[in-house]
Amino acid sequence: MTSPVWARRRAAAGRVWREFAANRGGLVGVVVLGLFVLTAILAPLLISESSLDVTRATGQRLESPSGDFPLGTDENGLSVLTLTLWGTRLSLVVGLAAAVLSVLIGTTVGILAGHFGGWLSAVLLRFTDFFLIMPSLVLAIALSAVLEGGAGTIILAIGVVSWPTSARLVRAQTLAVEARPYIERARALGGGHGHVIFKHVLPSVLPLVFVNTTLAVGTAIVAESTLRFLGLGSTSEITWGGLLRSASSSGAITYGAWWYLLPPGIAIVLLVLAFTLVGRALETVLNPKLRERR
Amino acid sequence: MTDFLAPVEETIAEAPPPQRGGGAVRYLLTKVGGAIMSVLMVVVLGFFLFRVMPGDPVTIMTRGRPVSGAQLDQLRAEHGFDQPILVQFWNYLVGLLHGDFGNSYAFNAPAGAIIGERLGPTLLLSGTAAVLAAALGLWLGAKTAWYRNGPLDRASTGVALVFWSIPPWWLGVVLLMIAGGVFPTGGMQSPDSPTALVPHALDVAHHMVLPVFTLVLAIYGQYQLVMRASLLEEMNSDYLTTARAKGLRDDMVRRRHALPNALLPTTTLVFLHLGMVVSGAITVEAVYSWPGLGQLTAEALEAKDLPLLQGIFIVLVIAVVIMNLVADVLLRVLDPRVRAS
Repeated sequence: MTSPVWARRRAAAGRVWREFAANRGGLVGVVVLGLFVLTAILAPLLISESSLDVTRATGQRLESPSGDFPLGTDENGLSVLTLTLWGTRLSLVVGLAAAVLSVLIGTTVGILAGHFGGWLSAVLLRFTDFFLIMPSLVLAIALSAVLEGGAGTIILAIGVVSWPTSARLVRAQTLAVEARPYIERARALGGGHGHVIFKHVLPSVLPLVFVNTTLAVGTAIVAESTLRFLGLGSTSEITWGGLLRSASSSGAITYGAWWYLLPPGIAIVLLVLAFTLVGRALETVLNPKLRERR
Repeated sequence: MTDFLAPVEETIAEAPPPQRGGGAVRYLLTKVGGAIMSVLMVVVLGFFLFRVMPGDPVTIMTRGRPVSGAQLDQLRAEHGFDQPILVQFWNYLVGLLHGDFGNSYAFNAPAGAIIGERLGPTLLLSGTAAVLAAALGLWLGAKTAWYRNGPLDRASTGVALVFWSIPPWWLGVVLLMIAGGVFPTGGMQSPDSPTALVPHALDVAHHMVLPVFTLVLAIYGQYQLVMRASLLEEMNSDYLTTARAKGLRDDMVRRRHALPNALLPTTTLVFLHLGMVVSGAITVEAVYSWPGLGQLTAEALEAKDLPLLQGIFIVLVIAVVIMNLVADVLLRVLDPRVRAS
C-alpha cells in the first residue's frame, strides 16, 4: 500500500529499529534469541527420535564428556547435549504462550478498568490488587497440582497468576489516553465504547503491551522451569526444568556431574536474559524519557 | 492512528486527582478493610481451588495408585467429601476459625500443627535473606544511580540483570556442587548439634550460609534496579539544584536530600516484593532440605497431600497480605507526602 498513513507507519517502524539497533544489549539479545528459535525449529531435523528414547540409550550412566557425548550423559545414558537442545522447544513455546495469555488477561482487565469507571472498575481493581500481592509461585503450584496434565496446565497456571502487573500498566495508560482532547472529540462525533477502545485506546496501549510481553516471557520461562523442578507437569515431556529435576534426584550433585547440571541451567539463564535485554531495549526506544536517562 | 512513539511515562504520571479529606483513621480503616477482603478472598479461593476439578480431592490424592472403590468411599467419608459442597464449605470455615486446617494425608496429623512447626525456619531464612538483600540492593542502587553510566553502574546493573535471570534453585544447585564440601549441604543443624545456646546458634548459622547466600543473590537485583530508578527520578528535581546552589558538597546533597526521598517508595516496594522472597525461599529450601514451609510444599507435592498444600497456601498468602498492610501503614507514617494527599 502506498497511502500516506502506511508511509508514516513505515517511517515510524524504521525509526524504532534504528534506535533499537543503537542499543548494544538489545542487539545481543535479538541474536541470542534468534539462535534459540533456530535451535527449536531445527531440533527435529538434527535429533532422531531414538536418541531421546530411554530404552535405546547408548551411553553409560552419568558418563563424563567425551567425543561421543560432548556434554556427557544423564542417569539413563542419554546425551545431555541432545536433551538440552530438545528442551529448547517446550521452554520457548510454554514461555511465549504463558506470557501472551498473561498479557492478554492483563490488557483486557486494564482497559476495562480504565475505560469503564464505577463499580466495574472498583471490582476489577480490587481483584488486581489481590493477585498483585499474592505470591504467584504459590498459587501456580497449587493450580498445577490440582489440574492434571502437561505443558497446557503449566501455561494456564502461569498465565492466570501473572497478569496483574500488565493490568495496572494498561489501566494507567488507558486513563491517560482517555484524558486527552481527541477522545472527547471522538465521543462528541458519536463514537461508542467499542470505537473508543479499539480505534483509540488499544493502538496507543499496544507498544506498552508489546514491551510488557517481551519482559513477561523471561519471567514465565523461569516460572515454568521452577514448576518442572518441583515435579509438576508431565514427566514424559523433555524440558530444562525437568532435566534439572532428574539430575538432582539422581545424585548428580554429590557425584559432581557438572555436565548434567550446568547446560540446562545455562540455557535457561541465556534465554531469559535475551528476552530481558530485548524488552529493556524496546522499553528505552518506546519511552523517550527513559532513553535520555539511561 | 495515534503517535506510535507517544511518551509512555509522561502520560502514566497523570494519575486521577487524589481525594481530599479523610484523616489517619479513615486511611487505616480503608487499608485494614482491604486486607480483610483479601484474606476472605484467599479463604474462599483456598477452598474452591482444590475442588475445581471434576471428581474430588480424593481422586487427585490417589491418582496413579491402586485403590478400590470401597477405599475411596472410606477416604471420602474420612475427609468429609461425601457431604454437600456448601456443608463442606461451612465446616471448612468453622475449622479455619478454630485454627483447624484439616488433616494431612501424608503425615497423618493436623495440617495446622505441621505448618506451625515449619514456620520458624522459613521466617529465619527468608527474613535474614530479605534484610541482607535489601541492604545490598539499596546501597548498590543508590551508588549506581548517582554515578550513572560510570563503570560501576554498567558492571553492577549488568550483574544484577544476570542474577535476576537465574532461577534461585538452580543457583542453589550450582553453589551446592561448588561449596558442598566446605559448608553443610542440607538441613538446619548437625545431627550432633550442641545444646548450649551460642554453639547451637553458630551451628545453625553455619547451615544457613549457603541457602541465605543463594536467596540474597536471587533477590537483591530487583531491589537494586528499583532503588536506581527511584533515585534517578529524583535526580533532576529542583530541590537538588537548590541544595547545590546553597553550596552543599555533592556527598551531602545525596545523603541528606536525594536519598531520603528516593528511599520512601523503595521501602514499600521491599515489602511488596516479599511474595517474591517467599517464592524464592520455597525452591531454595527444597534444594537445601531446609526444614521450612518450602520443603514442606515440595513434600506435600510429592505425596499429593492436598489438605496440607491448601493449608500452606492459605498461611503463606495471609502472611504476605499482612506484610503489605504493614508496608502501607509504614509508608504513611514515614512519608508526609502520602499523609497530605
